[in-house]
Amino acid sequence: MKILVALKQVPARDLPVVADSARTWIDESGLTYEMNEPDAYALEAALRLKEAEGGEVIAVSCGPERVQAVLREALAKGADRAIHIAVDGEAARGTDPSATARLLEMAAREEQPELILTGLQSDDTGSGQTGVILAARLGWPHATLVVAIEPSAGEVRVKRELEAGWFQHVTLPLPAVLTVQSGISRLRYATLMGIKKAKTKEIRRVEAPAEALAAGLRLKQLAEPRRQRETQFLEGSPAEQAAQLVEKLRFEARVL
Amino acid sequence: MSRILAVMEPAGAGWHRMSFEALAGALELARATGSEVTVCAPGSAQAAGEFASFDVSEVVALEHEALGAYAADAWVEALLQVIRGRQPEWVVLPHTYQTRDFAPALAARMDRTLMGDSTGFAMEDGAPVFERPMFQGKLVGRFVFETPGPNFVSFQAGAFRAAQAAGGSAPVHVFRPVLDGAAIRQRPEAPFREAAQAVDLSAAERIVAVGRGIQEEANLELARELASALGAELAASRPICDNGWLPMERQVGSSGQTVAPKLYVALGISGAIQHIVGMKGSGCIVAINRDPKAPIFEIADYALVGDLFEITPAIIEELRKGAG
Repeated sequence: MKILVALKQVPARDLPVVADSARTWIDESGLTYEMNEPDAYALEAALRLKEAEGGEVIAVSCGPERVQAVLREALAKGADRAIHIAVDGEAARGTDPSATARLLEMAAREEQPELILTGLQSDDTGSGQTGVILAARLGWPHATLVVAIEPSAGEVRVKRELEAGWFQHVTLPLPAVLTVQSGISRLRYATLMGIKKAKTKEIRRVEAPAEALAAGLRLKQLAEPRRQRETQFLEGSPAEQAAQLVEKLRFEARVL
Repeated sequence: MSRILAVMEPAGAGWHRMSFEALAGALELARATGSEVTVCAPGSAQAAGEFASFDVSEVVALEHEALGAYAADAWVEALLQVIRGRQPEWVVLPHTYQTRDFAPALAARMDRTLMGDSTGFAMEDGAPVFERPMFQGKLVGRFVFETPGPNFVSFQAGAFRAAQAAGGSAPVHVFRPVLDGAAIRQRPEAPFREAAQAVDLSAAERIVAVGRGIQEEANLELARELASALGAELAASRPICDNGWLPMERQVGSSGQTVAPKLYVALGISGAIQHIVGMKGSGCIVAINRDPKAPIFEIADYALVGDLFEITPAIIEELRKGAG
């Protein structure tokens, strides 16, 4: 089975993220980047399908030169080749998921995979829409929040997560787009051999056409989250913080 | 008068509770933009009739057997037909898992982008600016549409207080979309639960919930000790259950349980929106996190910034002291 996996590079999730002085984007100085976690699960699912069924896994990512790091990581974990759709500046921010979907659509039309996998959402802009828009643009069926994938002749049966602990199986004809939920399976680490091999694998670079980048939804401003409760910050050493907390839980909040 | 189409979501014999919140959002958007609201309720005229007494101008009962068991293709096609007929300026939806599955495709079919996960809007220069959390809740994105209507927005749980009936009597019109069964490509099976849930977190009076900050499975022991000292149930954010460190039934958040205990202690939880929607109704929220900018602190009553591996043992000791 030929599988295209769309991967996004996002700011490392443990680092603080602050708005730039114009408040139109984040301050990118000093940021480090990593593979978007749900996309890592999509990649893992693709590699497992390839191991079970044979075929090819092609990783694709849109963004500036630095996104080649996640493609290299995908190659080291077992992807066969990669496509870097080069886009820089404001267009690379992915604030309108339709623009990203249009770029991925180009790669999909060229590669004609049977299955496209991607994470259900990104840890940075968090639209959670790119895979679904991509499917609509290709005219392919899709399923979101996928936690298990069973391919058979010409179709795929997936297990979808619903709300509040419910699940559902859905069968779709191929080709199809699936957006994968985190936790679908244990993630593998790249082996030393894999990392070595990745250096010989191809990352094909294509330029994003300008017309693909028009946005219908524009990020006007980044704001600080509003405080929803009167938060008391308890200061001091850990012991002092603990003493204040227990006192307040007993006599102020009265929950003990 | 321009029109807002509010799309409701059936659930069991009634409606997904977020439908009423989305309807409240639609009504507020109508007031701000001088529009009227048409409710689009998939289901029978009788079921859809519930919305006639709200402050709306029309209720469309979207009737078709193919809309019974959810399939994305059927919903997209049926709603496209309603939108083409009613020509709304705005289409408003509840930001449920089901909306996340079909609404991006619906908007894409009309060459639009859905503004998903919105927590509200403000009018600026005569146009609504919609907000939603970005960067794991560390920042709020404020978005404007560059496209003419129809534009699509889905509202997050809790963005608006559920709309109440206003004693009106809007006309209910049945609309039967033309759906070709062969064009519905998803074949859904009946929804199911993995196993009877052994733990009902929604009944717990106190909950200690752990997140990524706990770092290692072995460190869960510390959270267990705190839970036991507080007489609390142990819960977790999604990544902890994804790792298999705690069973999925102990997960709090949009994909797990929704809880509202008297006391909720968030231990090393940053506070992504998916977690917050599951616990923000808690009475007293304590957050312990080393990052002073963690979004969990915005909804906390008591914030302890620091190393949870130092603070938690201190709290346990303090509680034991009191127990004498």
